[in-house]
Amino acid sequence: MSSSTATQDFVPKTRVGKVTDYVDSRVGGSSLVKEFGRKIFPDHWTFMFGEVALYTFVILLISGTFLTFFYDPSMAETEYDGSYLPLRGVEMSVAYASTLDISFDVRGGLFMRQVHHWAALLFVAAVAVHMLRVFFTGAFRKPREFNWIIGCVLLILSLAAGFTGYSLPDDLLSGNGLRIIDGVMKAIPVIGTYLSFFLFGGEFPGTAIVGRLYVLHILLVPAVILLMIGLHLFLVVLHKHSQYPGPGRTNTNVVGYPVGPVYAAKAGGFFFIVFGVLAAIAAAFTINPIWNYGPYDPSPVSAGTQPDWYIGWVDGALRLMPGTLGNFDLEFMIPFPWGTNALSLNVLIPALVPAIILFTLMFAWPWIEGWVTKDTREHHLLDRPRNAPTRTAIGVAGVVFYCVMWAAASSDLIATHFMVSLNDVTYWLRALVIIGPILGFMVSRRISLALQRKDREIALHGRETGRIVRLPHGEFIEVHEPVDDYKLYTLTSFDSPRVSQPTPDENGKVSRLDKVHGRLSRFFFEDRVAPVRPSELAASHDDHHDEVAGTKDRESIASR
Amino acid sequence: MKALSQRRRHPLAAVALLLMALLTTGGIYAAASTANEAQAQTTSFTANDVEEGSKLFTANCASCHGMGATGSDAAPSLVGVGAASVDFQVGTGRMPMQMDGPQAQVKPVQFTEEQTRQLAAYVASLGAGPAIPSDDVLDASEGDTAAGGELFRVNCAMCHNAAAAGGALTRGKYAPALDGTSAKHIYEAMVTGPQNMPVFNDANITPEDKQDIIAFLDTIGEQGSPGGADLGSLGPVSEGLFIWVAGLGVIIAFTVWLTSRSS
Repeated sequence: MSSSTATQDFVPKTRVGKVTDYVDSRVGGSSLVKEFGRKIFPDHWTFMFGEVALYTFVILLISGTFLTFFYDPSMAETEYDGSYLPLRGVEMSVAYASTLDISFDVRGGLFMRQVHHWAALLFVAAVAVHMLRVFFTGAFRKPREFNWIIGCVLLILSLAAGFTGYSLPDDLLSGNGLRIIDGVMKAIPVIGTYLSFFLFGGEFPGTAIVGRLYVLHILLVPAVILLMIGLHLFLVVLHKHSQYPGPGRTNTNVVGYPVGPVYAAKAGGFFFIVFGVLAAIAAAFTINPIWNYGPYDPSPVSAGTQPDWYIGWVDGALRLMPGTLGNFDLEFMIPFPWGTNALSLNVLIPALVPAIILFTLMFAWPWIEGWVTKDTREHHLLDRPRNAPTRTAIGVAGVVFYCVMWAAASSDLIATHFMVSLNDVTYWLRALVIIGPILGFMVSRRISLALQRKDREIALHGRETGRIVRLPHGEFIEVHEPVDDYKLYTLTSFDSPRVSQPTPDENGKVSRLDKVHGRLSRFFFEDRVAPVRPSELAASHDDHHDEVAGTKDRESIASR
Repeated sequence: MKALSQRRRHPLAAVALLLMALLTTGGIYAAASTANEAQAQTTSFTANDVEEGSKLFTANCASCHGMGATGSDAAPSLVGVGAASVDFQVGTGRMPMQMDGPQAQVKPVQFTEEQTRQLAAYVASLGAGPAIPSDDVLDASEGDTAAGGELFRVNCAMCHNAAAAGGALTRGKYAPALDGTSAKHIYEAMVTGPQNMPVFNDANITPEDKQDIIAFLDTIGEQGSPGGADLGSLGPVSEGLFIWVAGLGVIIAFTVWLTSRSS
């Protein structure tokens, strides 16, 4: 360690200096600070959703720890005798009673519960938005494919954390959620009932499930999330942060601020901002008023029973699925040597198929795109979404597919609040879940291409100023103001891959895989707006010199 | 008295005076309004009521419900629906129906209490049916809130929502929110089953149990929301909408602020 010899020569003079030196010569923190403190992070608001997710997770750990002091995950029956009058004397589980006690009899308990629950909603939302940002800017490309996978795992884990937590109060709402999980599990042929009995420790609801979910919720799931966050951040530091394209930004540098001191202070401050926003929301707005729902009882299902937003799309898919298609029954009885087993496709298809489609595409996407583009370069410069029209369009299609199912989870509230028929809402959403993604794909690809054309137009001919000038010979022209070089760089410097045709091998044959690749490549890159070439730029300035503003005009425009 | 006059210029004197005035007027108003309610409810009808009700019915209702309330293609017969049914439908403004639709909408009440009573008297005279409940069964202070809550969750919440915020039914029909509904109308709705609501007769839910349900609805209506603004008591949907729009919106505003250049 060459740096340690340097520190030995250093003799601290102040008391703080002495203490710091004492610690540093034993811990060696300064080299770490030196290395990490000089790490550069680019500044852009879209880069901060990962931070929001991290901070909300910390808030979840803190508020969750408080809740564990008072929560009792027992399904033993008890008679409530706490402060909430409309439930006093009602038979309920100890878990529900202790959650009521947290809400009404523990000082600050309701506030902490609401902080915890609002933070959970924001956590998953931040994870989702962060992933969308990474997807649409192409930040998952080499070398960040594994980090994308870790992110996908984190998304699934956050759903698991959310759902296990949602079920803990053992109120009517959460019990209905568990009943749906139980139903989906039992729809799996042959092993379904065994799985359900295994999870619930017997027939639903049993007396074991809350305790089991509690262990998952406070131990296993957060531990794995922490591990994954560690890996995720390690890879971020290893890869260095990606950045948006711009003048001076290349694949080999990062333009931004070092962690120490400004960025660290900003990030630290941002934690408190997120905490403050959540605390303000929790203080002013009710979330999950379990006292309304009452204790879980398998018989009643209240109107307005929905899962938290992140599970909503699965609930929505279940709501959209017809039980039968005309006279065609979607339930099959299949005879086996040991008896007849039911295959309930009307449950299995909505519960599993959309999730399988979305998650498979999500996990595989970096390799799907990598195979289509045959691009093996490292990418540290992000794409503007418009410059990757097909990826953007596929992303939008996925978002629309998700959002239609998500909306379907609130079909009853759409019906009551917009005074329309619940059945019509369902029919429309059924159509939209198929048509919507296709429309979304086409529209967003067209918009991306149109924006690229607009960029090209601006790069070549400048910005329309709206100033109409009459020339001496009578012609009217609109004055175009050329964009400055910085803007021009952003508008013109991007990759625009071309269709790669399959090439025959020495026997003159094209393999089937190559044909598929050719077709996909055409699908991805056939519609293409070529970036402006320097020669075009030069030519446009020569040809249209009377269209662009003269030097004097330019000066006068610039001075305004 | 001297102590009082000495403090008359105290900074809080005006506040105290205002408070006293408000309490007095509020108290008198509360007493007066309950006195009004009590007077409005009479269950015995005179022959004159029936006579007047018949005229009102012929003028306002018979075009759909038919002469003699025997029904038509457009509307059901009202023989045997009872006074409670008329009091509910007309008293909440649902009848006369504003327009044909999946169910009758609530709108401003079209008849005076006197006229409503006469209409009820007429319809009650056509055949036996549920009567308008008397005050003693409506007295919510007698009810057991917790028992009422259990009954509500088992019998009512699947349509009306656990917090009585209302819910959707099939083909444009819906169960309305129950806040602000009077005890009388809740009771009448249970015994007559208006629109798509099932009838909960005295064998189903005894009058005492109905009283408990009314007590429960009164309590949750009056206690407010312990955890802050209730976002419509609509459950996770409004919570999700809120965190995506307001929560994330505020956070994004902060991220934009934090990353803006301080030039």
